[in-house]
Order: sequence, then structure tokens, then C-alpha cells
Amino acid sequence: MTLFEWLTDPANWTGSRGIPVQVGFHLLYTVISLAIASAIAIPLGIFIGFTGKGEAIVAGSANALRSLPTLGLLILLFLVLAPVIAGQLVFVVPTIIVLVLLAIPPILTGTYTGIQSADEAAVDAARGMGYTRTQILWRVQMPCALPLLISGLRGSTLQVVSTATVAAYLGLQGLGRYIIDGRAQADFAQMAGGALLVALLALALELLFSVLGKVLVSPGLRRTTRRRRTAPTDTATAALTTLTAAR
Amino acid sequence: MNIDWIWANLQPIGALFLNHIWLTVVPTVIGLVIAIPLGWWAHRSRRGGVVIIGAAGLLYTIPSLALFILLPAILGTRILDPLNIVIALTVYTVALLVRVVSDGLGSVPHDTVAAAEAMGYRGWQRLLLVELPVAVPVIIAGLRVAIVSNVSIVTMAALIGIPQLGTLFTQGFQLRLIVPLITGIVLCVVLAVIFDQVLIRIGHVASPWRRRDVPA
Repeated sequence: MTLFEWLTDPANWTGSRGIPVQVGFHLLYTVISLAIASAIAIPLGIFIGFTGKGEAIVAGSANALRSLPTLGLLILLFLVLAPVIAGQLVFVVPTIIVLVLLAIPPILTGTYTGIQSADEAAVDAARGMGYTRTQILWRVQMPCALPLLISGLRGSTLQVVSTATVAAYLGLQGLGRYIIDGRAQADFAQMAGGALLVALLALALELLFSVLGKVLVSPGLRRTTRRRRTAPTDTATAALTTLTAAR
Repeated sequence: MNIDWIWANLQPIGALFLNHIWLTVVPTVIGLVIAIPLGWWAHRSRRGGVVIIGAAGLLYTIPSLALFILLPAILGTRILDPLNIVIALTVYTVALLVRVVSDGLGSVPHDTVAAAEAMGYRGWQRLLLVELPVAVPVIIAGLRVAIVSNVSIVTMAALIGIPQLGTLFTQGFQLRLIVPLITGIVLCVVLAVIFDQVLIRIGHVASPWRRRDVPA
């Protein structure tokens, strides 16, 4: 069977193990993990960006985290957590915890660097107009932080989609099942089919975020994206931190 | 914790470690070599920049496990061929570095470029002898991110069955043993730190004028 035959076989598109169901599972894990991670990372990022407290710790650990192998972390935490959690959720809960942990750093970095990147002149102008500190945060700094916050969310989403695929090795549902089961059955068409679907899902989500960026970000901010030449190293590293490299 | 497991498996662990080194270093070096001309083009032409950096972003989106499996379908290689891993990591490295090289070349002060132009440096000569050396700090910063993340991405290949440090993770899972997992994670972090330090040194040697900037 070829990849094309596997993808067009109606049997693979129906039933409780069909492609739509696995896409649904994959998206469900992604949405749950991102929601929990955002609920933790965005308020924390606002606090760090606003007060400047703990910035060194976060920046330092974000770099150290990159060198931690996702696969090892996933399996280690699974082995540690699985005996604690019994029953039906034994696969899902430890995996979701790992996915949340992996999703936090990009959102956190995106939020606090976003708030700090708000134009000093705009903040000064707001202060001059009589804005209180809270008003400056919500009406000036947060809208200015939005592009980097969205790019942090994008980084987290890709990380979670990628790691949820790998988590099929531990028994999780989702598109990774086709890859892991295909490997076990030496069924290359199934593996390639799963891989293609994962890649397409990741690309679709990437597209969604670029549309989201266009819709949500204030037009005033988009016009000034022409970068000044003063600190190219900073812009390059900022772009890299939000990319978060672990695939 | 059963430390004896490490002593009993010292030799296979060493072999996995060496495999991991070349699976990380080779794609990073090839990736850099490919990214320099592409990044230069992206820097020079506005349209080229949009196309190349856009394409690089999309390639970087593809999860590694998926790319490891899709490459044999595209290239006709066997699924167990380590070449797939090397090519996949090269793709990621290029995708990451194209943007970095382009930004790095953009960081070269206009006066420097104008002075080189006036002294008769043109095209490739100007790129290799003036612009690239000045862009070294930015490129090294990107290269550090690339190699550290490559150390981590290589481990994913264990799921297809290509031996490197990630093999310790799948072994640990099969044996329900934590020691191989911790060993693998620690060795990965150590390897990443070593590569990072080596690159910092290379950057230091390759940009001697920067050392004078540091106030005594």
C-alpha cells in the first residue's frame, strides 16, 4: 500500500480510530495544554514585564530549557507520574502536564519581552496624558506586547503539536498513533500518512496564527515594523527566543 | 536509583554518545554553509528575503518526527538510514540560520560597507572579507541556538530506531527504569553546554576587535 492509497482509503476516515477522530484528539490535547499554560504564563509574564522582577531567572532558564531533550523529559515525567495516577487517565494526565510545562516558556518570554518592547515614547506620552500605571499597562503596553505574545503562543502551539505526536509512544491518542503503530507493524504507508497529517496540522495552525496576528494587532503597530538599525542583535535574539527551537 | 546500570552499560552508552555527536555536528555545519549564501540573497533582494524567510519559517513548523518519516518518502532512502536525520536537521538549521545570517548582514554598519566599497571590495569578496566577519557575533548567537536545539531534536530519532542518546530514553521506557533516562538527559545537556562553549570561543577568536570594547 502506498501513502496515497492509505490516505484515500475510506476505512481510515471512519470509526473510532479514524483520521477525523485522531485529528480531534490531537487538537483537544493542544487546546487543553495551551489554555492551562496561558493561564499560568500570561499573568506571570505581565508581572515580570511590568515589575522587571525575576527577569534574569526566566531568561536564563529559558536558554537552559532548550537543551533539555523533550523526549527524555516526557518519558521521565511519565515514569515518575504514572504510578501516582490510576485508571483511565494514566496516559493522558502525565502527558498533559509535560505539554503544559513545555508550552509555558515561549508564552512567558513572549509576554514579558512584549511588554518591555513597548515604545518608551508611547509610555511617556500616556503618562503625560495622565494615565495611571494600570491604564498604561492595559491600554498601551499590552496592545504593544500583542505581536510578541502571539508569536510566543505560536511557538508553544507548534511545540505542543510536535510533542503530542511523540507522546503516542507512551500510549496517547492523536495523529502520532499512526506513526508509532505504523512503525510497530512495519507499515510505511501508515507512518508516512500520519507524518503528513501532522505536518499539515502544524502548517494549518501556523497559518491560523499569522491570520490572528493580522486581525488582532493594532494597525499602528504594524506600520512601524520597519526595524531601526540600532540593536540588530537584540531583534535577532528576540526572534529566536520566541521561535523556541525544540521541535 | 541503580547506578550499577551505568557501569554495566558504559560501552554502549559511549557508542550512543559518539553517534549523537556526529548526528548533531554534521547537519549544523552543512546547514551553516547552505544558510550563508541564502541569507545573503535574502539580505540583498527584498523579494528574495520575503520568499526565503517565509519558506524557512514554514519548514521550521514541521515537527521533527514527521520530517524524519516524510524524507524517506521524498528521497527514496530507507527509513532506518541515518541520512534522513542528517538531512532533516540540516533543513532545520538552514531554516533557522537564513534569518540570522540575513539579520547579521543587516547589522553591518552602513559606513563599513561604504568604506569597503570605496576600497574596491565587490560582491563575494566584500561578503567574505568584510560583511561576514563583521556579522560574526550575530551569526554565532544563532548558531548556538541551532546546535543546542539540534542536540535535543536528534533524540527524537530513537522513536524510529536510529541509535543515539535518545535510545536511552526508549530503553528506559521499555525497562521502566529511571536511570537510563536521567543518564541520557544529563549527557544531552552536557553535550549542549560543550557545543555552546566551543561556539562562544570560536566567536571570541573570530571577532578580535570586540574584545577591545570591554572596559578594562
